[in-house]
This record gives sequence, structure tokens and C-alpha cells, in this order.
Amino acid sequence: MGTIPARLRIRYTKTGRIRYTSQRDMARAIERALRQAKLPVAYSEGFSPRPLLSFSLALPTACESLAEYIDLRFSPDSEVASEWTVADEATPEEIGVVVDRLGSLLPGGIDVVAGCGLDGSEGSLQEEVTSCSWIVEVAGMSAKQLDERVASLLNAAQVPIERVRKGRQVTDDLRPSVHHLSVEGSGATPGAVRLHAELATKPRGVRPNELLSGIDSTLRLVRASRTSQWIERNGRRLEPLTADGQLLGSAVPTTTIGGR
Amino acid sequence: MTSLFGQIEPLLFHVEKPARYVGGELGSQEPVHGPGIVSWLLAYPDTYEIGLPNQGLQILYEILNEQPDALAERTYAPWTDMEKAMRAEGIPLFSVENHIGAPDFDVIAFNLSAELTYTNVLNMLDLGRIPLRTIERGPTDTVVLAGGHCTYNPEPLADFVDAVVLGDGEEVVTEISTVVGAWLGQDPASRKRIDLHRALAGVAGVYVPSLYRPIFDGPRQIGLEILDDAATEVVEKRTVADLGEWPYPKNQLVPLTEVVHDRLNVEVFRGCTRGCRFCQAGMITRPVRERPAAQVVEMVNRGIARSGYDEVALTSLSTADFSGIEGVVADVVDDPAHGGRVSVSLPSLRVDAFTVATAAKIQQVRRTGLTFAPEGGTWRMRKVINKLISDEDLFAAVDAAFSQGWRRVKLYFLIGLPTERDEDVLGIAELGRRCVEIGRKYHQNVTVSASVGGFVPKPQTPFQWHAQDSVDELARKIALLRGEARQIRGLQIKWHEPAATSAEGIVARGDRRLGNVLEAVWRDGGTFQEWSEHFDLGRFLKGLEDNGLRAEDYTTRMRDVDEVLPWDHLSAGLHRDFLEGEYRDALAEVGLEDCRWTPCYDCGACTTFDLEHVVASNQPPAGGSQGTGQGLDLGVPVPVILSPTAT
Repeated sequence: MGTIPARLRIRYTKTGRIRYTSQRDMARAIERALRQAKLPVAYSEGFSPRPLLSFSLALPTACESLAEYIDLRFSPDSEVASEWTVADEATPEEIGVVVDRLGSLLPGGIDVVAGCGLDGSEGSLQEEVTSCSWIVEVAGMSAKQLDERVASLLNAAQVPIERVRKGRQVTDDLRPSVHHLSVEGSGATPGAVRLHAELATKPRGVRPNELLSGIDSTLRLVRASRTSQWIERNGRRLEPLTADGQLLGSAVPTTTIGGR
Repeated sequence: MTSLFGQIEPLLFHVEKPARYVGGELGSQEPVHGPGIVSWLLAYPDTYEIGLPNQGLQILYEILNEQPDALAERTYAPWTDMEKAMRAEGIPLFSVENHIGAPDFDVIAFNLSAELTYTNVLNMLDLGRIPLRTIERGPTDTVVLAGGHCTYNPEPLADFVDAVVLGDGEEVVTEISTVVGAWLGQDPASRKRIDLHRALAGVAGVYVPSLYRPIFDGPRQIGLEILDDAATEVVEKRTVADLGEWPYPKNQLVPLTEVVHDRLNVEVFRGCTRGCRFCQAGMITRPVRERPAAQVVEMVNRGIARSGYDEVALTSLSTADFSGIEGVVADVVDDPAHGGRVSVSLPSLRVDAFTVATAAKIQQVRRTGLTFAPEGGTWRMRKVINKLISDEDLFAAVDAAFSQGWRRVKLYFLIGLPTERDEDVLGIAELGRRCVEIGRKYHQNVTVSASVGGFVPKPQTPFQWHAQDSVDELARKIALLRGEARQIRGLQIKWHEPAATSAEGIVARGDRRLGNVLEAVWRDGGTFQEWSEHFDLGRFLKGLEDNGLRAEDYTTRMRDVDEVLPWDHLSAGLHRDFLEGEYRDALAEVGLEDCRWTPCYDCGACTTFDLEHVVASNQPPAGGSQGTGQGLDLGVPVPVILSPTAT
């Protein structure tokens, strides 16, 4: 079929009905597509071997995304009877072939937009990604009211929110995690107001509904889209992989929500 | 037809597991509705995760969508959070493909696999804005059908369904569609539902309850009045003679979200002649019809390639009995195209060492636990139920499992069986203790778990006349067993809630009067009764009381063998004297051999329909002592006339 790099990072979007599946469901879909493509996936050792693939911070169920990433590992020693050749490096054209193949096997709504080889020196996505940009549509309040709430959140020294962690109710301070928050006008859904947010992923990620609980508990989440994930390097915000295939590149953050 | 998705979508952010409601499975179809095309909504009355893998529903889905004048979509019971949101927003039950409301379908057809899902059927009809009772439906209301194993006594649902199908659905589903299509072709102004009912009654295998009226006297049904010339005295089930002609599902649905049995499933045979007397499935699906081995391999290979699954289950009621099992397993496991990453699972293992050896060969990747079903705690008990597994069979199987590297063995048992004594219940602990001992020969830490289900006598089986244990008696036996097992390290006991067993029993052998009770349970909020967090026996007892009925008349009452049973007019082909003889033999502790390898004893399943067993070999499987009367060491040919292929 072609030549593939031993380590491959892919970037994909998750829009439309597929967004109602969970991160776990997404992992299953990827595993099935990898098997269908007969890609020589490297497996973990041990009693119950699993394919070696690592995601960035999980996308909450029902949220869509324009910037999801997975790092994949391939091995020439894989037990999979494969027609693919594993090499240390692969050309953009060769990577294009495997990206297209995976895209064609994944469920509708998952579009693989870019891929690139890794040399193994990159950190894991989970460790490297420090923040995510979101477009969030909410209902239950006018844009003007919401503007005031947002301002008071940004002015507050602390914004305590309740959430359940490991089965226990805990109180966390939301404020340090909010890098940016602004009202962007009316949303695509009638009556909804659109927010733009950049939320830290460390020490732990903030979900859109957790953000809303910090703004006002009466707000209702209508739609949420992750538009970018960011790696901070020497004061610059970089994407793990840009939509045009550049590893650790910078791009203008997009503020449009993909169609259904 | 309008899609309701625009109204549904805003709810999806706020319900559990929203992927249940969006469709989009690989293999899913989005048929175009139009005049002259009979639209079917195939419904499973439990959650998406439970219902999606149902093979019967998927087979009918494909067959209907292949017809030029029919189409099928699917629906499942919305979970309680979604139901609440749908009712609040005025959204009816909808299909997961095109999100079309149930009222816009010509037919809604329910798969009935478990009695405790019946209240969900009522809820789905109500949510689908289909008049609940057949008598309330007019010429333009959706036609309500039901099929599946529970239809051998559909009386509790008789008032709510237009018609019920007995047996295999492959052939009859298109016949029904044609009848419905012809009726729908009539002018709605002059169309009468009775004409549809009469026409449906003319289709073999179809039972139209409204054409019959049961007569009651006190706790019993004493007769059945036939109200219309179109109705036959007995409705016989449908049987597909040759499974090889029906290689379905061809495009098994691969869901976007996790479901039970999330793997490729290939049915290798239908029917079972082991003759376990408690087993309704084994009685009503006779005779044995094997799929040609080459077709099994082809279905597996094609299914793996298109689905990306890495596990295939070869399904049947006793897969180790499939004549070609070793060849099929070898062909799949050794196929280089699968790269050694495809595992084969046999959901129903026979209890013997040979079967374990086969399992060892195919489960090299993930060797977690093995499950056996001796069902009875003592040899005497197993003779009563005709599950002829000797203690030695079980110990050899368990020894083989532990020696091959397994560390967890699960055993299935029933309690509350006819003639059961406390020593039979305690025998479960004793078997467990011996199995733990065997395991310790090989590993320091082993777990043997015994799952104990309460026995519910089922219609169309030899035990259909027998009393079921009361809730208190089952609870006492469980306590007795747990007390004994507590002293055995390494043995875990798991048990089924006796109250749920009781409710299942009330409905399983219920008569038409149960309809009011089911409606009362449903109106009281009693949906998802299969789910322990929602189940409440109290609702059933109150429903019975309010309707002047008593639970004990359905559960703990011994029936006379000459009493009228609510399902007497429905036939799975089994002769009544066969069932009665089997009942007598059970009480006398006499076993009966498997007729695949012994001469025919004329149960009726073949002779009634002029069928024969379709098996590829006249040699019992090696090591299979159960019910064959053969030695444990190897299979020996027995003198018996067999038909290698269907004629």
C-alpha cells in the first residue's frame, strides 16, 4: 500500500452526529479503522495487548472539534499481515496516502485533515498541550447580561466550582484556568449567545459545562466546539500539528464552527 | 416524511449516552419513504446497547430493505432521561436512521426476548402515539406486530398487538409485508382493520389475538372461543428449512458506541436437541439446522474485513456441537489475512475437556475466564432437567481449563427446579468447592464463581405445568447456599433477585388478563423492569390485586396436565404427549438422549413440518458425553439416518 513512518501524528475533526459518541467510542473506531487498513500497528506488551495510540485531552461527549490529535505507533514486527512498509521517515505524499486511507475508513463526521511523522523526541500530547480554544453557545441569558457575568468572572480573584472527581464532590478554583473569555455575539442556534474561551488543560482540563457553572448556574449549554489545542513553547502558542501539515506550527485560531 | 432531528438534537447535550439516538452505524440504511412502500419500524423494547446487537432484528432489517415495496428503520426504548425530555418537548418515539416519528410508519414490530420488557412495549406505543389497545386503533393507525422467543405465550400482550409471529421470521416477514401493503392500498375511508386481521390470520405462523376470546373460571383459563372463520384452531410456528439459504445479516451493524456483544456474530446453527427440559429456546427452535461450514467461514472472513472487529462469536444454543467446529475455528484463526489478531469466542461451551481444548486453541490472545453451565448441583437434579453432565465431565473440563492457564471459572446454575431438595442446592457449593480444589493444583489464586438464577417454568416446555418456587423459598435456598459457600475460600456466589424471578414467572405463563396488570405497572412508572434499579415487584402485585388476580395462581400453582393452558392454541410443533412424557420422565429422574445421534423419538418438531435435522456429520462430537450416551474419550458413529443437506 505504501510507506509509513514508525510514529505518525494525525489531526482530525469531529463534527456532525458522530460528536455524540464518547472518547472511548472514538478509540474503538480508530482501532477498527487501523485493522481494516491493515496498518502494522504496534501493540503493547502483556496479558491483554492493546494498540499503541495516544490521544490528547479527551473531548467531552457531544462537543465537536476542529482540532483533535492522535499519535500512532507502527512496527515492522507487528503481527498484522500488512502491505505497508514502516520506515524512519516518509514523504508528505506517502503520509497523504495513509491519512486518506484512514479517513475513508472512519465514520462520517471524522475527517482526517493532516498527518506528519514524528521522530520520537516530541513529548506526548497529554503532557505537551497546555490549553484549548473553545467556541461555546449558551442559552438562558441575553448577550448583554452575559457580558456582565463574564466581566465579573474575569475580575474575580477566585471562581469556585463544584465538580465530581473520582466519585467525590470537590471544589476547584476555575479562575486560573480561564486564559481568555469573551462574548462574541449571537450563536448559530436561535436565541443562543456565543462565547470564545481559552481554557487551560493543567492541572486538569475544564469542560465547557464546568465553565458555564462558573459563569452562571442558570446557563444552558447548546453547543460547544473545540477549535484549537495549544502547546506553549518559548512564549509562543503552537499547534501540535497545523491543518496544513506543519508540526508544532502556529496558525490563526479559527472561530467558525463546522457544519453538521 | 419529516425528520425530527432538529427537535431531538437540543436534547442530546443533556442526556446520558446521546449516541443511542443518532444512528449512523456502519451497515445502517436510510431508506426513502414513499407511496406503495410498506414502512416498518423494527423496535427493541430495551436500551440501544441491549437491542442493537439483536440478530433477529438485524436479519429482518436487511430482508425488508431488500424488498422493492418495503423498508425498515429501527428504534429502541429511550432511557428514562430521554423519555422525560421527549415528553416535555412533545417528540414522539422516532427511528434512529431518519428520525421519523413512529406514527408515520405503517408497521411497528417488536422483538420480544424477555418478559420483563413488556411494559416498555406499552411505553413505546404510548410514546409513539399509537393507540395502546388494538381495539382502539383505526384504519390509519400503525399496525403493531411482535415476534421473538416470548411469542409462544403472547397472551399478556394480546390486547396490545394486532398480530404475533411464531418462529423464524425470514420468510414470513415479506409475506406479512405484502398483506399489509395490499390492505394499505385500499381506500382509507372504507378500509377496516378487521379485514387486515383476517388477512394476517391467513398467513401461516401468524396469530391474531383479537380473533380469539379466552374463557376464564377463577384462577384458570378453561377454554378459548374462536371468533372468526379466518382464525385457525392452532397456529403453527414457521421454520426455515435450510439456514444456508439465509446468510444474514450480510452487513452486521457496527455501532458508533459500545453495545453488549460488541463483536462480529455469525450464527452457525439454529435449534438444539440436547433436550434440556427447562430450556424454552431448545424446545421451540427445533430441529437443528446447521449452516454449511464453508458459508460460516465466508461470513466470518467477509464480516471481519468490512467491520474491523477483532472478535467473532460463533453463535448458537450449543456451538461446540456444530459438526464443522474444528475446521471452522482453524480456518479463521489460521487465516493470515487476519494476522493472528482475530479471536473466536464460543458463547456456549459444552462442559467437557474436549471443548476446553478447542477454547484453548482459539483464545490465545485474551485468556480471562471460562464459563460452564452444569445448571444442577447434583447428578440426580441434572437427570431431572436432562442436562446429563456427570460430575466427572465437569471436573475434567475445569481441570483442563485451569491447566491451560485460565484462573477464573464461572459456573451457571438454576435453583427452584422441579423436585429440588436442599441437598441439590448444597450440591452447588460442593461442586464449587471441588472446582476450587482442582484449580489450586495449578495456581495459588483461583476464583470459581457460581451464578445462581431462579427457575421460571416456561410455556412449550416439559415443565410448563410445574409450580415455580415462591420468593421466600428462593430466598431461603439462596441463604442456605451462601451460608455453605461462605466457608469455601475462592468460591463466590452470585444470585438473581428472587422478586424479579417471580415477576418473570407471572408474565411468562400469564393469560390475557395480565394485559391490565402490565398496563397498571407501566402507568405506575414501571418501565425498564429488566433493570434492577427500576424493578419493583410491588407494582406487579398491586396491579394483580387491583384486577382481582393473585400472583400465586400464575407462579406457585401446579397445573393439571389436562388443564387448558393459555398458549394451547400456539404450537412450536412439539407434540403434547412428548412434553407430557418428558415431564413424567423428569419427575422419575429419567434422562433422554440427543436425537441427533440416536433414533427419533418424535417430539414433533421435524415430523409436524416435514423437516429433518440438517447436520453435516453423523458422528457425535468427540468427548461429548452429554445426552449422547457415548463414551467420554472420543466420538463414535451411531446408527442413525441423517440428512446431510436440506431437501
